[in-house]
Amino acid sequence: MATAAVMAERENYLNKEYGIRSWLLTTDHKRIALLYLISITFFFFIGGFFALLIRLELLTPAGDLVQADTYNKLFTMHGQIMVFFFLIPSIPAVLGNFLVPLMIGAKDLAFPRINLLSWYLYIIAGIMMLHCIVTGGVDTGWTFYTPFSTAFSNTKVIEAGLAIFVAGFSSILTGLNFVVTIHRMRAPGMTWSRLPLFIWAHYATSIIQLLGTPVLAITLVLVVFERAFNLGIFDPTRGGDPLLFQHLFWFYSHPAVYIMILPSMGVVTEIIPCFARKRIFGYKFVAASSIGIAVLGFLVWAHHMFVAGISLYSAMIFSLLSYLVAVPSAIKVFNWTATLFKGSITFSTPMLYAFGFIGLFTMGGLTGLFLAALGIDVHVTDTYFVIAHFHYIMVGGAVMGYLAGMHYWWPKISGRMYPEWLGKFAALIVFLGFNLTFFPQFLLGYMGMPRRYWQYPPEFQVLNVLSTAGSTILAVGYVLPMIYFLWSMRYGEPAPDNPWGASGLEWTIQSPPTTFNFEETPEVTWEAYDYEHIPAPEEVPVER
Amino acid sequence: MSDSPIAMETHGPELRHHFSSVEQQRDAASLGMWVFLATEIMFFGGMFCAYLIYRYWYYNEFAAGSRSIDIYLGTINTAVLICSSLTVALGVRAAQMGKRKLLVFLLLVTIVFGLAFLGIKGVEWYQKYEEHHVPGNSFNVDDIIHDYPQIHIDPRHEQIFFSLYFAMTGLHALHMIIGVGIFAFLAYKAWRSAYSPKYYTPVEIGGLYWHFVDIVWIYLFPLLYLIDRKPLR
Amino acid sequence: MSEHIMSSKLYYGIWIALMCLTVITAAVSFVDLGPFNTIVALVIATFKALLVVLFFMHVKYTSEKLTKAVIISSIFWLFILLALSLADYSTRLFS
Repeated sequence: MATAAVMAERENYLNKEYGIRSWLLTTDHKRIALLYLISITFFFFIGGFFALLIRLELLTPAGDLVQADTYNKLFTMHGQIMVFFFLIPSIPAVLGNFLVPLMIGAKDLAFPRINLLSWYLYIIAGIMMLHCIVTGGVDTGWTFYTPFSTAFSNTKVIEAGLAIFVAGFSSILTGLNFVVTIHRMRAPGMTWSRLPLFIWAHYATSIIQLLGTPVLAITLVLVVFERAFNLGIFDPTRGGDPLLFQHLFWFYSHPAVYIMILPSMGVVTEIIPCFARKRIFGYKFVAASSIGIAVLGFLVWAHHMFVAGISLYSAMIFSLLSYLVAVPSAIKVFNWTATLFKGSITFSTPMLYAFGFIGLFTMGGLTGLFLAALGIDVHVTDTYFVIAHFHYIMVGGAVMGYLAGMHYWWPKISGRMYPEWLGKFAALIVFLGFNLTFFPQFLLGYMGMPRRYWQYPPEFQVLNVLSTAGSTILAVGYVLPMIYFLWSMRYGEPAPDNPWGASGLEWTIQSPPTTFNFEETPEVTWEAYDYEHIPAPEEVPVER
Repeated sequence: MSDSPIAMETHGPELRHHFSSVEQQRDAASLGMWVFLATEIMFFGGMFCAYLIYRYWYYNEFAAGSRSIDIYLGTINTAVLICSSLTVALGVRAAQMGKRKLLVFLLLVTIVFGLAFLGIKGVEWYQKYEEHHVPGNSFNVDDIIHDYPQIHIDPRHEQIFFSLYFAMTGLHALHMIIGVGIFAFLAYKAWRSAYSPKYYTPVEIGGLYWHFVDIVWIYLFPLLYLIDRKPLR
Repeated sequence: MSEHIMSSKLYYGIWIALMCLTVITAAVSFVDLGPFNTIVALVIATFKALLVVLFFMHVKYTSEKLTKAVIISSIFWLFILLALSLADYSTRLFS
C-alpha cells in the first residue's frame, strides 16, 4: 500500500484544479456527483427538520406545538423535499453519476454538459422550493390532490408545483444521460451480461425517470394553469374530475417509488457478493428483475386510489397487478440470500447496511401486499399503516442502501477510509432508531390512527412517544456519518485502489480517480463478480 | 455496440474528448434525441389522456367546441407544417451533401414556415378571444349553445374543452417557438460553415425534433378540429 | 442514423402524399360515417405520422434497432396510460 505522502500528491479529480469556477463549471461527472452530494444533504437536513417538528407535535395527543394549518404544511413539505429533493436524486445523482462511467470503462457520461445542466436545474428548483417554504409554504400534502390544491388552498401551490416541475427536468436529463451512456459508451468487451448489476439497476431506474416524469410535469402544469386561470379541469362542481388528477399524478408517482428503490437494490447487489466473497447468484434473474420492476411498476398506480372512487373492476385489476410487481423484488431478495449461503461473510459497515436493507425492505414490501389487498386497504388506507409501509421501504430500504453505497465507495470517491468502528456503530444506531420510529406506526395505523392529523385520541400516545424517541436516535445515526466522512477527508487513512478486494472496473484505478478515469480504455475479458479469482484483502477482518 | 479503439489524434475539433470516435459521438447524440422525444411523447401524452377522458364524458360539448374553431385555418396550418417538414428533410440532405448555401436557405425557409404557423395560430386564438371562448372570467358560450338547440350543452363542460384546446395548442406552440429558435441557431452555424458531410449531427437531431413537433400537430388536428363536422340537420 | 442519402424525389413524393392525406382527412370529416369518423381520422393521422417517422426521420433506412425500440416503447407506454385510465372511466357505474 502506498504511503500517505505518495497518495496525497498523486493527481486526481479533486486536486486537479482548485477554485469555485472549476467546480461550478465542471463537466467532470465525479465533481458533479459531489456537487449533488452536498446539495441533497442540505435538503435532507431541511426535510428532516420538518420530520422532527412533526414528531414533536405528535408527542402529545393535543395539537399544542403548531396550528393545524401549520401542521399541514409540515407534512407536505417534509414529503415534497424528501421525495423530490432527496430520494429521487440521491443514489442516481451521487453514486450513479460517479460510478456509471467508471463501471463501464468510459471517460465520462455521454453528455457531460447536460449532466451539469441537470445539477443547475436541481439547484434552481431547490431555490424556488426554499423561497416557497420561507414565504408561507404549501399545505396540500405532497400529493397535491385537487380540488383542494387548485381551488381551495391559499398557500403557494403554484410555486411549489413549478419548483417540482423544474426538479423533474433535472431527473429526466439524468435518466437520459445514463441510458445513452450505457448503450453507447461501454468499453470493448463490456457486454450487457458482464455489466455490474448496479448498472442494470440504474438503467431500469433511468427508464422510469424518462417515461414517468414527463407525465408528472404535465400534470403540475395543468394544476398551475387551473389555479392561475381558474379553469375547472379538476373541479367537480364544473364537470372536472379530481380523480383524473390522481390518475395522472400517480402514473408518475408510483413508478417514482421504484426510482427511489432500484438504485439501492443495485448498491446492495454490489456489496453482498464482495463481502460474501461469492459471485452473485442468478445474475440474469437479478438483471431481468430490475427491468421487470421498471415495467410492472407502471401498471399499478391506481392502488393509491382504491377508496377514491375508481370503479371496482379497475380496482381489482390494479390489485392483481400490484401483487405481480412484488415478484421481481422477491426474486432479488432470494438471490441475495442465495449469494450469502456458504459465503465467507465479513460484517463490514457496508454489509451491515446491506443486511439492514434486506430485512427492512422485505418488511416494507410485505406490508405493501397488505395494502394491495382491497379488503385490507379499505381499513388501513390513509392511516399510519401506510406511512410505516412506505418509510420502511424509503428509509429502511432506500436510505440504508444509500448509506451502504456511500460507505462502500467512499474510499474511491475521497481517497480516504472512514473509521470502520464508528461506521458500524452508526449503522447500529440507524437500525435501532429506525425500527423504534417506524414499527410502532404499523401498530398505530392498524389500530386506526389516521395520517395527516395533527391531534389524535389519547390511547395512541404511548406508541407515538416511542416513535418520536426513535426519531431522535435515528437523527443521531444520520449525523454521525456526515461528521466522520468530513473528518476522514483530512484525517482518514489514505485508501488503496481496492480496499475491499471488490470486482468491478472502478476498483482497478486509483483512489480517488484521475479526471479522465482510465489512462487506457480497458478491455474486458472477464465476467462480473469474478470473486473466485480476486483475493480477499488482508486488512478487512474475516468474521464468521 | 459502439466499441471502437482509442481515438487517434486525427479527428476534427468537433470530437469531444470523452468519445473515442466521431461515429460514437453521433450515435450517442442521435440516441439522446430519440430518447428525449420519447419523454416528449409522454409529456404531451398526459394531456392527450385528459382529452380522451373528457371527450368520452362530454362528447356533445367537445363536438360543439370543435365546430367553432376554424377548420380552414387548421388545415392550412397542417399543410404549412408538412411543408416545413419537407424543407427540414431536404436541409438534412443538403448537409449530408455539403451544400452549405442550400442548407442555410432550407433552414431559413423552415423558420419562415414555423413563423407562419405561429402567426396563423395567433389569428385563431384571437378569434377565440373575440368570441369569448377563452376560459376564465369572460368565458361565454351562449353562441355555441344557441347553435345547438336540440342538444344540451353545459357551458362548464364546454369550458373544459376550451381549456384543453388552449393548453394543448399552447404547449405545441411553445415547442414550435423553441424549434424556431433552434433552427435559427442552426442556420447561423451553417452559414458560418460549421457543418460538413463529416459532421452535421446538430442539423440531423434538430430535424428530428422538428419532425416530432409536426407529428404532434398531425394528431392534434383531427382530435381538436375534426371531432364532428357532419352537416347539421 | 444511416449515411444513406435519400433522393429528393422520394421526399417530394412523401410530401405530396402528406398534403393529399391532409385534404382527405379534412374532407372526410364532413361525410357522415357515424362512429367511423373518429376511427378514419385517427387512421389517416397515424399513416401520416408513419410517413414522417419512416421517411423524413429516416427510421426506415436506419440499421439501428434501438431507435425502433425507443419509438415502440414510448408509444406502448402512452398506451398504458390511456388504456388503464380508460379502464377505470369506462367501468364506472356512475357518471
